[in-house]
Amino acid sequence: MRIAGYGSVADARDVSFTFNGRVLRGREGEPLAASLLANGIHLVGRSFKYHRPRGILTAGSEEPNALVTVGEGAAQEPNVRATTLPLREGLVARSQNCWPSVEFDAMAINDLAAPFLGAGFYYKTFMWPASFWEKLYEPLIRRAAGLGALSGAPDDATYEKAFAHCDLLVIGGGPAGLMAALQAARGGADVILCDEDLTPGGRLQSEQEQIDGVPAQQWVDRTIAELDSYDTVRRMPSTTVTGVYDQGTYAALERHHGRGSSAPVACFWRIVAKRAILAAGALERPIAFANNDRPGIMMAGAVRSYLNRWGVACGERVSVFGNNDDAHRTARDLTAAGVHVAAVIDSRHDAPTSTEFRVIRGAQVCNSSGRGRLDAITLRSVAGEEKLQTDCLAMSGGWNPTLHLTCHLNGRPRWQRDIAAFVPQTEGSIGAVPGLEPVGACRGLFTTAQALQDGAEAAQRALEALGKTAVAIDVPQSETDAYRITPLWSVPAHSRAHGKPSGGFAWMQGRAWVDFQNDVTVKDICQAAQENFASVEHMKRYTTQGMATDQGKSSNVLALAVLAEATGQTIAQTGTTTFRPPYVPVPLGAMAAGATGQGYTPRRLLTSHAVAEDRGATMMEVGLWYRAAYFPQQGESNWRQSCDREVGYVRSAVGVTDVSTLGKIDIQGPDAAKLLDFVYVNRFAKLAPGRVRYGLMLREDGFVMDDGTTACLAPDHYVMTTTTAAAGQVMAHLEFVTQVMQPDWQVRISSVTEQWAQFSVAGPQSRALLDGLLDGGFDAADWPFMSCGRVSIGGVAARMFRISFSGEEAYEIAVPARYGESLFTALVAQAEALGGGAYGMEALNVLRLEKGFLTHAEINGTASLHDLGMEGMQKSDRPFVGQVMAARPGLVDKNRGRLVGLKPRDADQKLTAGAHVFDPEDTVERINDQGYVTSVGHSPTLGHMIGLALVSNGLDRIGDPVRVVDHTAGLDVICEITDPVFFDPEGERARG
Amino acid sequence: MRLLCPICGERDRREFTYRGAAVAQPAPEASAAEWHAYVHLRDNPAGPLEEWWHHQQGCGAWVKLRRDTTTHQMLDPLAGQTPATTAGRT
Repeated sequence: MRIAGYGSVADARDVSFTFNGRVLRGREGEPLAASLLANGIHLVGRSFKYHRPRGILTAGSEEPNALVTVGEGAAQEPNVRATTLPLREGLVARSQNCWPSVEFDAMAINDLAAPFLGAGFYYKTFMWPASFWEKLYEPLIRRAAGLGALSGAPDDATYEKAFAHCDLLVIGGGPAGLMAALQAARGGADVILCDEDLTPGGRLQSEQEQIDGVPAQQWVDRTIAELDSYDTVRRMPSTTVTGVYDQGTYAALERHHGRGSSAPVACFWRIVAKRAILAAGALERPIAFANNDRPGIMMAGAVRSYLNRWGVACGERVSVFGNNDDAHRTARDLTAAGVHVAAVIDSRHDAPTSTEFRVIRGAQVCNSSGRGRLDAITLRSVAGEEKLQTDCLAMSGGWNPTLHLTCHLNGRPRWQRDIAAFVPQTEGSIGAVPGLEPVGACRGLFTTAQALQDGAEAAQRALEALGKTAVAIDVPQSETDAYRITPLWSVPAHSRAHGKPSGGFAWMQGRAWVDFQNDVTVKDICQAAQENFASVEHMKRYTTQGMATDQGKSSNVLALAVLAEATGQTIAQTGTTTFRPPYVPVPLGAMAAGATGQGYTPRRLLTSHAVAEDRGATMMEVGLWYRAAYFPQQGESNWRQSCDREVGYVRSAVGVTDVSTLGKIDIQGPDAAKLLDFVYVNRFAKLAPGRVRYGLMLREDGFVMDDGTTACLAPDHYVMTTTTAAAGQVMAHLEFVTQVMQPDWQVRISSVTEQWAQFSVAGPQSRALLDGLLDGGFDAADWPFMSCGRVSIGGVAARMFRISFSGEEAYEIAVPARYGESLFTALVAQAEALGGGAYGMEALNVLRLEKGFLTHAEINGTASLHDLGMEGMQKSDRPFVGQVMAARPGLVDKNRGRLVGLKPRDADQKLTAGAHVFDPEDTVERINDQGYVTSVGHSPTLGHMIGLALVSNGLDRIGDPVRVVDHTAGLDVICEITDPVFFDPEGERARG
Repeated sequence: MRLLCPICGERDRREFTYRGAAVAQPAPEASAAEWHAYVHLRDNPAGPLEEWWHHQQGCGAWVKLRRDTTTHQMLDPLAGQTPATTAGRT
């Protein structure tokens, strides 16, 4: 029911929306909950476990009941709180967790089975037999319990994430937050003001109050106008700060409602603030009494919000039940608006009285009735029980400071008796958030005057801490009514005098709800205590109290008060559970913003990528890189045919491949050679300009880190290549060596991997290719094996290295990356003219396998120099990284896996990488394991599969038969151990 | 978490790679036992700990920081200097 003249949306546009298929009208911008209430709809959904009818309890993000599913198809969003969803034209929402309809829900049968579904029923009921859990119980529970469901289709909405920095972060846009932001802004601080609400003012929007003699809203408007006049103030409405992290980092979720289909729906912020002020206000808590979950029973503060802020009366005959003065405000405001107040039931004998409405002092509401909607309550006093007709009950068990964020670094709140609530711990105590100061209601100062004063003073202290000049505090006059409360947590269903009712469904009569969203009752908590789940953390997990999407915002304090009563402890002794981020649910889409699809990982593309794709290359991922696996030609039906042909290019003509993914590190300075000598196991100090050397480097623990070649371009200038896999690791290692281990050496390193495009030209025809390519032709006499130097190609200065990863005479040519594509195109064309062509990763792998060259399949982090047959490379007269540790007896034991070759006894037998090696006489058991296969390939040169393996004492077993088994591939073959070099063991082809 | 890079200033921890406790490296000729202790043994204190962080997604500096492992508080941030910066390199 709308009340004329009330509410901030009185002149808003009239829009139509759909709820459960019914087309209804509401006002644009008001929460969906207000529109539903204005249409007389209280029944919004069904509860989690018992499928009980539920209505709207609150007017904010703490709402446990009124969850709806919004939208359809891929855009369907479940569990949206109707209390914070602004209404827009055409909005489609529906109830959750009910079938066939919210009015008649078949699963409400669960409510009759309640005795079996109480606390811990999962653990008791579904114990046996174990196999039933997966097949029967879990699917059953998952279908029966739960809230809304996702559509299952990919979410096509756009999300963002962003960073922001400021001097002062003010969290909350109520009187305390606005005053703090204003004071800080006047002092020149860079301020971010995050307000969960779409419009500023906080509770002021929901109350009839005056500030400086004018309606509070006018003060809010004036304050906002002043804040917006500072370019150092950023206001972020609809933004909830969800978590506190180290060093002043705050997470925040900004929601954009209905700004058009292409606009982002939410932004996930990381805000870094030097100081922060928490002005999060307080949340009202319910009172537990029998059937207190009936639609129409709401929080008293929420009833005021709907009336004062949205112009909606929640009932025609409203009653109020409370234990504090604040509850009486609801009756006053309703009466002033012309809504009939049936009675104010106050549990205190000294409650204030009124001339405008009936106040029943020292009484309690002990039950409710009505079908799908409240129609009466039962109240009990010394005079006995009385039934009162009412269609809306506004209840208030007091207010809990919203201190969640103050506990995110493991802080524990403390109990404050006079307000019967937890308040944040004092600054500096264990777990307190450094630099965060709570102000106003969120530290238990409940009057507007206190909030304004506290906010201004905290801002003043923040200005001082920030080194800004403080300006005089000017706090306006406002309401100072004290907040008085006498705790009342739960009302027993039956007074001692009346005894238990008999008959029928007696056990159903007494359930008093604590956690509305997870369906936890007073009885459940008492049962947990009785079964010795008496610590608050145990009770929470046993009953699931506070574990739903609302994280128990309205139920936590009530629950532990009930637990305290049940265990005979005080509330302070009982303590709270741990508050953890996020404060409100954050869509995973917002955290993942941008990191889906192609944004999931960056793609590193070679300069030859487009040319390779044009030639039909099949690409493979190597780390973040995309490399051509092979270049299929017409008539080839599988990759092996392409690979064999490409191997043939290199062995008999000339092949060209892109090797730019190898890490390239430019090393310069007078001490460059010293650095190389220190990181490589072998000697580099005497490497002359124009020469290249192969090297191996170790980790500090003595295991092999990487291998590669380093070229000396000038006495103080080297270029190191690393493997593709270890490029980042080697760079970080060299940084550590130069900055930490040897900071005095005059040497600088720089990664130039992406600056140079590098291609290998390999095969007996490589000279002919180079002769046609290089400016001035090519003379092999100038280019001995392992030499390097400068060349010119079409006028472009390039580097050339005579190194080979294929065992053939080969040259690697490096040009600045911008010439990569054209050079690759030219190289492939020339190679094709000579009977060769481009080759990919598959052929490259076969070529290196035939030569027994290493990759990170062999340098796998557990291989030592000795394992790889490289121990002879170590220098002994100078220290190098890993030297001492590499000499440990365990790393040079001959029974460790040592690198050998494997060839199947029958030439047509397959091999797989990862297969394990056994003696042919042994059974295939782990205890008999002799090692494993690291890489395999089909050698077209030799006509059979070949493999490299790390085999115990392998080098002494060359020529021996072994059994190679891979259960996952169904492989069981006899192989012969061979030298790891299968082809041209003397290396004459490469030396040419 | 925010870490202080002596070259770039305070940055988000996502830009850094963690190495672990900043343990003094033994001399090259030190015994295998000393090297074993350096490579494998760590104190894991509840309280202040000196650590190496690599500003890998930034300037590449190795930064030594003292952090309270129980609170993540960065202690005496001015100590956030690499040997490289103290050696006069920029």
